[in-house]
Amino acid sequence: MPINKVFPNFEEAVADVHDGATIMFGGFIGKPGSPTYLIRALRDKGARNLTTVSNRCGGGMDLDMLFEARQVRKAIAAAPVPVSRQPLSPFEKQYLAGEIELEMVPQGTLVERMRAAGAGLGGFYTPAGVGTLIAEGKEKKTIDGKEYILELPLKADFAFIRAHKADKMGNLTYRRSQRSFNPIMAIAAKVTIAEVDEIVEVGELDPEAIVTPTIYVDRIVKRPRREE
Amino acid sequence: MKAPLKPEAMAKRIAQEFPDGSFVNLGIGLPTLASSFVPEGRTVLFQSENGILGYGSLAAEGEEDPELVNPSGQFVTLLPSASFFNQAEAFVMIRGGHVDIGVLGALQVSEEGDLANWFIPERGVGRIGGAMDVAVGVKRLIIAMTHTAKDGKPKIVKKCTYPLTARKVVDMIVTDLAVIEVTEGGLLLKEVAPGFTAEEIQAVTEAKLRLSQNLKEIEV
Repeated sequence: MPINKVFPNFEEAVADVHDGATIMFGGFIGKPGSPTYLIRALRDKGARNLTTVSNRCGGGMDLDMLFEARQVRKAIAAAPVPVSRQPLSPFEKQYLAGEIELEMVPQGTLVERMRAAGAGLGGFYTPAGVGTLIAEGKEKKTIDGKEYILELPLKADFAFIRAHKADKMGNLTYRRSQRSFNPIMAIAAKVTIAEVDEIVEVGELDPEAIVTPTIYVDRIVKRPRREE
Repeated sequence: MKAPLKPEAMAKRIAQEFPDGSFVNLGIGLPTLASSFVPEGRTVLFQSENGILGYGSLAAEGEEDPELVNPSGQFVTLLPSASFFNQAEAFVMIRGGHVDIGVLGALQVSEEGDLANWFIPERGVGRIGGAMDVAVGVKRLIIAMTHTAKDGKPKIVKKCTYPLTARKVVDMIVTDLAVIEVTEGGLLLKEVAPGFTAEEIQAVTEAKLRLSQNLKEIEV
């Protein structure tokens, strides 16, 4: 019996997301790479007190749904708000009202912390943030005359990611700039759920083209052909 | 005619700094505009945090690919030499010193080249994005910004009062009034907007400017 990681629908794919879970959300800004349907299913399920890990905390993005529904207690992000304040995102409103906690992380550090978690590393020294508020309370080290700060791994209970094609075992390919955070989040979570355009039989994907191998992927769900 | 440079003219001036064959990372907003003004005959590969090396000009209306955006979220085209990779690798390129030039916006730049560009106290929340990594990682950092804040306060200062993005990282500042190089000996005024004098630039700059021996007007 070959392994089959295909879930019949988004609702079942997120059914065990518990209150208080830490979840990574793929995507960068806007639609590309965003797991739209998984986010909707999580909104409908209604798990609360979540910690979100994402590049941005919504602002004209799918993630707005979770903030609007007040399901988020803490956000970890690199660029939490869009450049423009018009309109104010649900996250920004709640953050300014003191209703939500924020941990801001430089983007390169954010993704490398995920990579460290997925790679079994205890952290890394980076020059990003040296001499800034980001360095406060962190171990400092000079290596070859250059200053660094210690950053620790960042893992999650779930990663909601977006890919282009999957085979039934969960090998994934991506399309263009869809990739961004998705392959790295896939390695950093206990349970990785991928939302994909197309699911094919095992053997149909070119092994040279697979970006995320099945070992990192737990569940796959196919998106509707046309966005609903 | 005496007038501050428009954003397009600033972008055009910045793009002249990109050598043929260089790899360049552009920040959100005005810096991204520079991708449209690469001097004729030069090939410049623009690198994007979300995992593209070699994105091209903005996509024509009706020809946007929903999965192809630059760091500002705009739909773009691809150069024939383009490649895709994940976010961690994008920052290997940036932090690892593989990117030749970074262009970022700023709230303040100090005379020592300190950069502040992520937190506006009046807004109550900031956005670091990739700026801290770009600032410390690229070989050469150019700042694109208006010379003064909306309230007229100088943005080129002796010491930044806004929270820092990075210390001693800025190499060049291009504003709507001037082109300034950050040197060991302080800030060097190299070019002024057409019709402006060095004295007028100094009057809206808190930090002391030295004048280049070849001081000239910005070609627009």
